Amino acid sequence: MIVTEQQIEQEILDSIAQNRVMLFMKGTPDMPRCGFSAQTVACLRDAGAEFAAMDILPDPRIRQALSARSGWPTIPQLFINGELVGGCDIVTELHESGQLRELVKAAA
Amino acid sequence: MAEIREIEELLRVALPGSEVSVQDMSGGDHLYAHVRAPQFAGMPLLEQHRLVNSAVAHLLGPGLPIHALKIKTEVVQ
Repeated sequence: MIVTEQQIEQEILDSIAQNRVMLFMKGTPDMPRCGFSAQTVACLRDAGAEFAAMDILPDPRIRQALSARSGWPTIPQLFINGELVGGCDIVTELHESGQLRELVKAAA
Repeated sequence: MAEIREIEELLRVALPGSEVSVQDMSGGDHLYAHVRAPQFAGMPLLEQHRLVNSAVAHLLGPGLPIHALKIKTEVVQ
């Protein structure tokens, strides 16, 4: 099946709109394929978050479209209620300060 | 492979008055930037990190010298 760039972008927008806590990562939550993605998943789980995830690895255009949209260069990227929260470092800092738990609780 | 000193200089130029330290975490393409800057005062964490990322944006990404940039920001007066 041929997927166009427009379809990829729409898929990204839909996933951000439809999931209050949305993580774009390398691999899947149960099988992350990058240490930064794994660490971000661990923070979310520890904070009690229910979240959806999209693997950006199957098609390089996913990452291109996502970064063009968010203005954020690296993966993972966490969105809560449609807003970019940040990458692994920010999520980790928010988790360590207890703010991540508050953010995901408020989003639920 | 990214030049550490060059990246520190890019960050200092982007954030005048900042204290910048960049370290290699593995193989020269996974870097750690510790940036203390007056510009961060009152700024959300996301925007602080955006400033750091944008200073090195042309070097950061797939196929570019920096693959991963771990960032720690602090406000300095």
